[in-house]
Amino acid sequence: MHTIAQFLQAIPFDVVIIQTVNGVITGLILALVASGLTLILGILDVVNFAHGELLMLGAYVGVVVIAATGSFWLGLLASAIVVAIFGAVLQIVTLRPLIGRDPLNTILVTFGVSLILQNYALWQFGPIERKIPEPINAHFEMFYLQYPWYRIMIAALSAAIIGGFWLYLKHGKFGIWIRATSQDRVMAQAMGIPVPWVYTGVFAIGSAMAAASGVLFGPLGGVSHTMGLDWVLRAFIVVVVGGMGNLAGSIAAAIFISLLEAYASIWVDPSQAVIVSFVVLILTLLFRPTGLFASAPR
Amino acid sequence: MTTAPVEKSMPWKPARLSHTAVFWMAFCVVMALLIVAPLVLPPFWRRFLTEVLIWGLLAMSSDLLIGYTGIVSFGHSAFFGLGMYGAAGALLAVKPPNLWLAILFGLGGAAGAALFVAYFSTRLRDIYFAITTLIFSQIFYVIIFTWTAVTGGENGLIFSRPHLSVPFLYDARFTPTSLHWFVLTVVTGSYLILRRVTQSPFGMVLQSIRENEARTRAIGYPVQRYKIVAVMLSGLFAGLAGVLYALQNEFAAPDFVYFITSGDTVIFNVIGGIGTLVGPIVGAGFFQLMRELLSRWFGDQFPYLIPLGVVFIVMIIFLPQGLLGFARRWLNR
Repeated sequence: MHTIAQFLQAIPFDVVIIQTVNGVITGLILALVASGLTLILGILDVVNFAHGELLMLGAYVGVVVIAATGSFWLGLLASAIVVAIFGAVLQIVTLRPLIGRDPLNTILVTFGVSLILQNYALWQFGPIERKIPEPINAHFEMFYLQYPWYRIMIAALSAAIIGGFWLYLKHGKFGIWIRATSQDRVMAQAMGIPVPWVYTGVFAIGSAMAAASGVLFGPLGGVSHTMGLDWVLRAFIVVVVGGMGNLAGSIAAAIFISLLEAYASIWVDPSQAVIVSFVVLILTLLFRPTGLFASAPR
Repeated sequence: MTTAPVEKSMPWKPARLSHTAVFWMAFCVVMALLIVAPLVLPPFWRRFLTEVLIWGLLAMSSDLLIGYTGIVSFGHSAFFGLGMYGAAGALLAVKPPNLWLAILFGLGGAAGAALFVAYFSTRLRDIYFAITTLIFSQIFYVIIFTWTAVTGGENGLIFSRPHLSVPFLYDARFTPTSLHWFVLTVVTGSYLILRRVTQSPFGMVLQSIRENEARTRAIGYPVQRYKIVAVMLSGLFAGLAGVLYALQNEFAAPDFVYFITSGDTVIFNVIGGIGTLVGPIVGAGFFQLMRELLSRWFGDQFPYLIPLGVVFIVMIIFLPQGLLGFARRWLNR
């Protein structure tokens, strides 16, 4: 009992609150990445191994456009559009021929794409990390820290993109097509929905979301050719923990895991804090293999 | 997955010889070539061939899962790496270093990792299996990379090669040639064991899981248990490849536990032809040869993985059987 009391006293509450804010912010970026991945998984039944590389590509497009124009917002927009078009082309060229084949083929193909993109980025931009300048330099005071407003803005923006996409799924015409396709592919086709183009559109939207999160994250962590694997790995964990193909579940799981990692890095090195999310994954697989946040199995 | 053309369409097959006779004759010819190779090849290509055999063993171990069980492992780097580190640990801790102890430790390490990965990953169906094996291999990477006191962290472990010894009979330093023969012996032995496994009733159940998992379960086979055993067996052979690689290069480095190794393993399989066991070795040879040639032609900085990645994608779309796909049925008889 004594040790527990000591342990509780040793928790610095200001640090915990700061880490809570940090965790929610990275959680929302992660949710943006993971919801694109989940969307593609739920509707195309494709595990997009190249998702992290699309994020990286988006970040690099952002770096180039921001360096050329000096406007962060233009960079964000251009990156989302360029990567969306790239994603659409990618889907048509590599994934469309595989419709109806063993789903393993799609993992292999997207893996090949990720390999090419990663090596292209290394070749084109070199191994040195690039930085995206923060669009807002203002800070506010939080305990002993000058906390940048930019971080709050990223969180708000990520949430806005996810929320906007949610509304579009509910009310937009294409969004309704997407939901119809995910519910019943054959019936949707019979109703005149162009299912192959819904696939392409979904892949493009997912790619754009990845690209946007790449640009948003750029000022926080830097842009390098290896950032893709890091993100896609965490997004995969989120997708499994959140329940596969379940959008709300993955958003919840993203925030949950990021919070845990943020708390863990109060005591251990951030590179070891990753192990916490691995533990969550293992526990999920042991006790709720359908996902922590999954609703009743369909 | 569709099957290769039947062997009747192969005009070069001698009509009178039985399949078994042709198979073993081809086997002997290839073996003879590989045995003579180190005596005639210049040092660089001798080393190259030895490494191709080791990568081939790694790819072959993964083929048991991709080609025969129908589940893709993106985590073979963990087994390979733990094989390396197990061997390194045995060679550094025990004086004088003993070859067989190194192999034993390497296999032990790989088996531990494989048991862990197999127990959890096999709970999930195909694509999620691939994801979880990848995540688990990254766990091992993070542990090895950050546990500097034991694993040497980023620098890895350096050790000297043990003697090639058979207790009471033989004891000599490894020469490049004898190392090649040793690797060749291990790889050939592994091939024969894996071939036997895939033709055994156990292997038949694995292939039935690949063809139709639900039906296999309905017939009454405990599918998950079969998958666990398959992953463990595969992990053991991958660990063996790791031990051989550690012996060849006299170091263990965290880079080999990283995802890249697993990715390469999958590429070897797809290029060479899954479900053939020999194909992955051919794929490893093709991959390494292209890599070598491309960086000779275009310089060291050339991103050889871009053209190889394009080849990989084109092969999945248009030639999913791989280079040796035409001989798949024949090799598996």
